[in-house]
Amino acid sequence: MDAIILQILNGLDKGSAYALIALGLTLIFGTLGVVNFAHGALFMLGSFCAVTMQRILTLSYTIEDPTQKDFLGNPLKVDTPYLVSWFGESTGQALIEWSVPLAILFAIPVMLLVGYVMERGLIKHFYKRPHADQILVTFGLAIVIQEIIKYFYGANPIPTPAPDMFKGSLDFGVLIGYAQNTIIYPYWRLVYFLFSAVIISAVFAFLRFTTFGMVVRAGMADRETVGLLGINIDKRFTIMFGIAAAVAGLAGVMYAPINSPNYHMGMDFLVLSFVVVVVGGMGSLPGAVLAGFLLGILESFASMNEVKSLIPGIDQIIIYLVAIIILLTRPRGLMGRRGVMEE
Amino acid sequence: MLGLSKKDTSFLIAVIFLTLATPILLQPFPEGSALAQFNAGYPDLMQRFAIYGIFAIGFNILFGLTGYLSFGHAAFLGVGSYSVVWMYKLLSYNVVPGLILAIIMSGLFALLIGYISLRRSGIYFSILTLAFAQMSFNLAYSVLTPLTNGETGLQVYTDDPQVLMDAASPSSPHFFGIVMNESSKIDVGGWLFTFNNGYYFCAIIAIVVFYLSMRIFRSPFGIMLRAIKTNQTRMNYTGLNPRPYTLAAFVISGMYAGLAGGLLASMDPLAGAERMQWTASGEVVLMTILGGAGTLMGPILGAGFIKYFENIFSKINDTVLHGWFSALPDGLEDAIVFLFHPFIGKGWHLTLGLLFMLVVIFLPGGLIEGGTRIWNSVTGRNRKKKQDQGDHHPKPAAHVN
Amino acid sequence: MSKFNLNRRTLIKSGAAFGAGLAMPTIFTSSAFAYTNEPKGGTVTLGFNVPQTGPYADEGMDELRAQELAVQHLNGEGDGGMMNTFSSKALKGNGILGKKVQFVTGDTQTKSDAARASAKSMIEKDGAVMINGGSSSGVAVAVQGLCQEAGVIFMAGLTHSNDTTGKDKKANGFRHFFNAYMSAAALAPVLKAAYGDDRRAYHLTADYTWGWTQQESIAAATEAVGWETVNNVLTPLASTDFSSYIAPVLNSGADVLVLNHYGGNMVNSLTNAVQFGLRDKMVNGKQFEIVVPLYSELMAAGAGENVRGVIGSMNWNWQLQDEGSKAFVKSFGEKYGRPPSNSAHTCYVQTLLYADACERAGTFNPCGVVEALEGFEFDGMGNGPTLYRADDHQCFKDVLVMKGKENPTNEYDTLEIVEVTPRAQVEYAPDHPMFAGGDLGQCNSGA
Repeated sequence: MDAIILQILNGLDKGSAYALIALGLTLIFGTLGVVNFAHGALFMLGSFCAVTMQRILTLSYTIEDPTQKDFLGNPLKVDTPYLVSWFGESTGQALIEWSVPLAILFAIPVMLLVGYVMERGLIKHFYKRPHADQILVTFGLAIVIQEIIKYFYGANPIPTPAPDMFKGSLDFGVLIGYAQNTIIYPYWRLVYFLFSAVIISAVFAFLRFTTFGMVVRAGMADRETVGLLGINIDKRFTIMFGIAAAVAGLAGVMYAPINSPNYHMGMDFLVLSFVVVVVGGMGSLPGAVLAGFLLGILESFASMNEVKSLIPGIDQIIIYLVAIIILLTRPRGLMGRRGVMEE
Repeated sequence: MLGLSKKDTSFLIAVIFLTLATPILLQPFPEGSALAQFNAGYPDLMQRFAIYGIFAIGFNILFGLTGYLSFGHAAFLGVGSYSVVWMYKLLSYNVVPGLILAIIMSGLFALLIGYISLRRSGIYFSILTLAFAQMSFNLAYSVLTPLTNGETGLQVYTDDPQVLMDAASPSSPHFFGIVMNESSKIDVGGWLFTFNNGYYFCAIIAIVVFYLSMRIFRSPFGIMLRAIKTNQTRMNYTGLNPRPYTLAAFVISGMYAGLAGGLLASMDPLAGAERMQWTASGEVVLMTILGGAGTLMGPILGAGFIKYFENIFSKINDTVLHGWFSALPDGLEDAIVFLFHPFIGKGWHLTLGLLFMLVVIFLPGGLIEGGTRIWNSVTGRNRKKKQDQGDHHPKPAAHVN
Repeated sequence: MSKFNLNRRTLIKSGAAFGAGLAMPTIFTSSAFAYTNEPKGGTVTLGFNVPQTGPYADEGMDELRAQELAVQHLNGEGDGGMMNTFSSKALKGNGILGKKVQFVTGDTQTKSDAARASAKSMIEKDGAVMINGGSSSGVAVAVQGLCQEAGVIFMAGLTHSNDTTGKDKKANGFRHFFNAYMSAAALAPVLKAAYGDDRRAYHLTADYTWGWTQQESIAAATEAVGWETVNNVLTPLASTDFSSYIAPVLNSGADVLVLNHYGGNMVNSLTNAVQFGLRDKMVNGKQFEIVVPLYSELMAAGAGENVRGVIGSMNWNWQLQDEGSKAFVKSFGEKYGRPPSNSAHTCYVQTLLYADACERAGTFNPCGVVEALEGFEFDGMGNGPTLYRADDHQCFKDVLVMKGKENPTNEYDTLEIVEVTPRAQVEYAPDHPMFAGGDLGQCNSGA
């Protein structure tokens, strides 16, 4: 039982990353009807916002310390971050330590801008083109974004730790009456789960309870009619694209401490996020979220030793197996609408 | 001739000529000149052009005609390769049994996957095929290692049975004694041409399957497939069931992929699991769309384009650049090298990504459209055609969507 | 303004010249050469096949830097680096056998297929006589097989699987890098000394050939010093989040976690394990520990502060203080402003060893080179006295046991040397069961 609770917790956490990415992907698809293969790259850009924030906060000046030697025997160059010299050792280091949460503030405008530029500069011209063309051009864009990041940050993963107070793990088992160390859960993953819950609720609330959201939903249902009513739906859709990019970016920022960001992490998530979206049903926001958590939890269960010894290799294929079963039993995924992306 | 119209016959003859003359056409620059870097007339790359051409031709029969976008064709490529290498291990290095098995196995595999996946359409179909291929890849890399040799790739060991091998048999892939990796080189005044047995083996097969695909495109079956792409509902109403036709197209294109995979292993007796990864499936999609989906020649062009970049551009490094521009003054040389640096060598992905975007943005019909435009502007046919259109179709259909 | 005047006479003349040119093409097949790509002019071409795209691109870059440096040193440019400390003095700094060394590069993409394609293009198009580099065992085995068929020498780069010189060994292939068995043999005594002899180990293993051979080696060696292997869980190669594999570890009764991962997998699994706070826990009355059997500088940099105190092994490290290492670090550091990684070291040494073997054999013929390298004893290359064993073409030399530094002073200073395990302790018989089943075969010169 404890093992099952443990994996459900794990699955919720994995699922929250999947759900956030799939949510953004569905926002773009649902509003603009564009299949965005560069969405993984947006997630990766978000992670690199965290890296950049860390770089900015650790901007340093260099002094040569003649008492120490570097590996060539020259005087060692010691870097001191400006923050440390301005605010003193403890405050400066504390600020640097908090670079990931601080990066959220930095990532929102950056990702909104990236989304806006992407939509106005490129995607706009592809509304009337076949889905295959959209896939190809966004795939090309994903490669370009990825290579630009690689050029500036290298291919190696870059460690981006969470603040010290979130290190270590919560002994969840003790809270519900199990022995020590049976169910442990890292604090930062808890933060990630809560964060994604907030973002997902915020997006839904925005679409449901604001006038803007109402118009967008109407536009999703029938773009032409909304346009005929004299509403500039294109402008709103552009903003939605920006929001979707920001959601992907925020998912990436907060993910940075979980796995050190590297330039191809977007591609690692790309296939997976499409599977999630399709399993949820194309164009359905609740479907995307539901499928994200479902696949996360199932993936966690499949990695349990008991399951693996029963069916060897099940954790390698579980996601795809589930996708096949769901698509064969529910033709349009969990919550998909008829006629979307079926031709 | 051969059941083709006059226009198609001359097209086929042109293709045959181009294919056979490839070793000469791809060596435009003399050996030792600075531009020799761009020559592509060496056996391995030429073989790849032909093999990936076959792969793309087959993919186009499914995607170009029926519009069903499969994201899992790499699985068939892998099955083909594994079949051939297993035949090496069990029988001998003769490629024929392996290629026959490759086509049969991939056909069966395609029948299974196609039968299930074709119950859905659109992106749901794409994801089903992707799921099957990714499952095959993941299992081949890990659990199925006894069958596939996993990470290392399936290869022939000296203690394999190879029951048909005797002392006189060649110890590398051959076609009844014609050894694939043997070539004759001809040096004509600085130009070095390599005529490789393996390439011609692939090329002849490629021409045969190209001819087959031409026949399919022009046949009633092909028209039926196009009807599926245009309007499946309408087809249903006329009392035709599209499923058997789509399934047939899927199996045929799967067999093409299996043949291509088999040929890969015939040129180079090793089958790696990466051949089945989604990136490999994606690659053939890119080749087809980039070249021009639904056209006969487009996919082959796309295949050549991508393989050329992968193999030629990735090999240009800073030293080579410095070599080219060494005649310039030092400062200028460094500046130019600095400018090119992000796009070559380790940056070849960047160049490829940018070119994808440019082609898709400006040439919606793929490279073949680019070719047609150039051809039309050269011959001046464009203007005439426009006039034609103006006369007969005053307005393009507005409800095309 | 020049005038192009075409009359009957010049036409006949040029036509005749053109005809004569066509009539005298030299037709030759590969048998015109004594061996594949026999260098005919004043230069010889080496092929450097490293990952330039994909997750190992930075490691590939570092290998390429070292290879360029080696070429410079062979051609007599720069300060000569390890050529000055190398025990064999056959190299004179005038290229190899008097021919100036050139090189071509290719991208393996860390995929067997792509690696073979780029190696083939170097052999078929550029006339490379030797292929060097690489950053994974799958690629090494694939390219080694290709070189055997094509008749050129393969000097492996980073490849750690037992199979490369075990069941997949080839006469034309040589490995300088150490292997999983050696890692285990070097680590076990250190682990016993540091953590005691009654530990219970939990293995997470990358689910492919390299992971399995390493897990098998480590389990055998640690069990020999009294440890117990509680569990071995295989993780998919494509995993990025290892939480669901790490979460059950604490509850299994294990008090050591062994991560048989490399590259991105290792960075992520170690980061995840530290996130779970495993290293702060007490299990069975002992401090919980993590072991990463195969380290590299780039992985340590990627995992950041998570490597602190974690023990692992390496082939070589820039902090070694012997003359050879110092000379290499100096010339590499002065050229590129950073210390070399251990894969860079291997590629550099392999290039020099190949050149030296050609000099001593007096030919580029692969069979001559093989003969010169087999059983070759040398020193001054950073690893102490080293033997290229004839039976399996594996180098035998000292192995380093490393530990993540507690207080790194700069970005390159992430690991410290715990022990230099002497060569005698990591040697094994050529027919050791973990290496059984292969056959070197005959050297192939491609003639």
